[in-house]
Amino acid sequence: MALTPDDVKSIAHLARLEIREADISAYADSLSRILDFVKQLEAADCEGVAPMAHPLDQTLRLRADEVSETDQRELYQQNAPQVDAGLYLVPKVIE
Amino acid sequence: MHTKTIAELSKLLATGEVSSEELTRAYLERIKKHQPALNAFITVTEDEALEAAKQADVLRRNGEAGALTGIPVAQKDIFCTAGVKTSCGSKMLDNFIAPYDATVIERMKRAGTVMLGKTNMDEFAMGSSNETSYYGAVKNPWDVTKVPGGSSGGSSAAMAARLAAGTTGTDTGGSIRQPAALTNLTGFKPTYGRVSRYGMIAFASSLDQAGTITATAEDAAMLLNVMAGFDERDSTSVNEPVPDYTATLNADIEGLKIGVPKEFFDEGLDDAVAQRVREALKVYESMGAKIVDVSLPNLGLSVPTYYVVAPAECSSNLSRFDGVRFGYRCENPVSLEDLYKRSRGEGFGAEVKRRIMTGTYVLSAGYYDAYYLKAQKTRELIKEDFCRAFESVDVLMGPTTPTPAFGIGEKTDDPITMYLNDIYVNGANLAGVPGMSIPMGFVDGLPVGLQIIGNYFAEAKMLNVAHRYQRETDWHTKLPKGFE
Repeated sequence: MALTPDDVKSIAHLARLEIREADISAYADSLSRILDFVKQLEAADCEGVAPMAHPLDQTLRLRADEVSETDQRELYQQNAPQVDAGLYLVPKVIE
Repeated sequence: MHTKTIAELSKLLATGEVSSEELTRAYLERIKKHQPALNAFITVTEDEALEAAKQADVLRRNGEAGALTGIPVAQKDIFCTAGVKTSCGSKMLDNFIAPYDATVIERMKRAGTVMLGKTNMDEFAMGSSNETSYYGAVKNPWDVTKVPGGSSGGSSAAMAARLAAGTTGTDTGGSIRQPAALTNLTGFKPTYGRVSRYGMIAFASSLDQAGTITATAEDAAMLLNVMAGFDERDSTSVNEPVPDYTATLNADIEGLKIGVPKEFFDEGLDDAVAQRVREALKVYESMGAKIVDVSLPNLGLSVPTYYVVAPAECSSNLSRFDGVRFGYRCENPVSLEDLYKRSRGEGFGAEVKRRIMTGTYVLSAGYYDAYYLKAQKTRELIKEDFCRAFESVDVLMGPTTPTPAFGIGEKTDDPITMYLNDIYVNGANLAGVPGMSIPMGFVDGLPVGLQIIGNYFAEAKMLNVAHRYQRETDWHTKLPKGFE
């Protein structure tokens, strides 16, 4: 399983990661090695085996639909890169 | 004083022979002295620690102290700590001040422990050597040219050098047990869901579990007594009663059935490490335990399964770091997509990006069935192996790592070589069963660990089994040169 530089660019785009041009071939190489390595799973006989989603076969709990959290917007926004009037600011999306 | 265990310090605090403030000052001094050589901490919270110690001493004077009141501990920097920087070893969170406490932190505070600081770690807990941290590699106190293990390498180095009385860690694929093994410590990873994940920065949510790195099994039991338990804020927290883990530490282990999986001794295991395991098993036999040969036929699938499941979950979990609401943001973004891509590209290190991309690939259309769905099935096979083994034995034992600590920089070129170092530890996470590592001697002057794996919720039994060994042996009392 050899990934091409273009493959890496498209995966990086899906993951919204900028990868420097100079690093692309190194990622292509290491990701190919990882995918080759995990490919050995193909040989495992999993006929009739149910995929495991949770180690304890738990299902999610339900709770009463009651307010459990208080408004802490100001506290949380202290960590934000850019806010104004309680809103998170990002570059213009719609012209 | 720093050579004392939590259990011993607890008694000294109770009799008034030492105050928490005195203890805390002594540890802070040690941190100052050794931090430059070890790089075990990302943040030292000196003022908060002294304040908490004084409060602990007041509680003690008022007769309101518990077993852990005033005990100085270090917390892995993956746990959110209100008002204190919580970086997870990443540039992405270098500027992040957690607005709330993780449940683990909250419970330990309530028990009166004093937090000395936040320990270094592999970035977002992705690594086995603590070399992927944005804050630099951590050095192993046993040999500063060697790694302290990872991802809880700051906790293992701090504990090995006795810069705290106890430390916490998290274990997604061995990140408590492997560093404990490489630094002569007791590392404990409970059953999945036993300790709350609330406020613990997520890496792979179906595998992540918090635990301890301490000098002894007894200390692990004391910390676990307050860490474990149901938390409604964690959707996968298990609602089962928590026994007093210290109550059964000394129980007799006559007739204990120890399963030794033959696959643990396949090629790749250092001969001298195998020899140490055999010696440890002899000690158990002398205490009346029975050794039983067992097989985990799908053990070989555990590392490849792990490197599909964990990256898949990480690619999803780490999508929250987008440069918008918290964390690193790139300079002068020209569009929203540019903001996402450059903030993430510049904020994450190479190993994290590699795992996000691996995860993105195995979850993408056309590859999902071949990789992710297949890995979920092999994960089931691995779990069934453990369940089958526990039908005939009480615990499993084997090596924690194939070799003693390797050199800093030795395995950074090839990710697969690094990943294979976790061959004996990944399985317990995939199955969700508890695992621990305890000191079992030395190979070429470096410590190696005996791994004990238990059935679901067998924490008390495992701590009992480990404690009995530590009563018979003195490996766990050995300290690295220069830190005695």
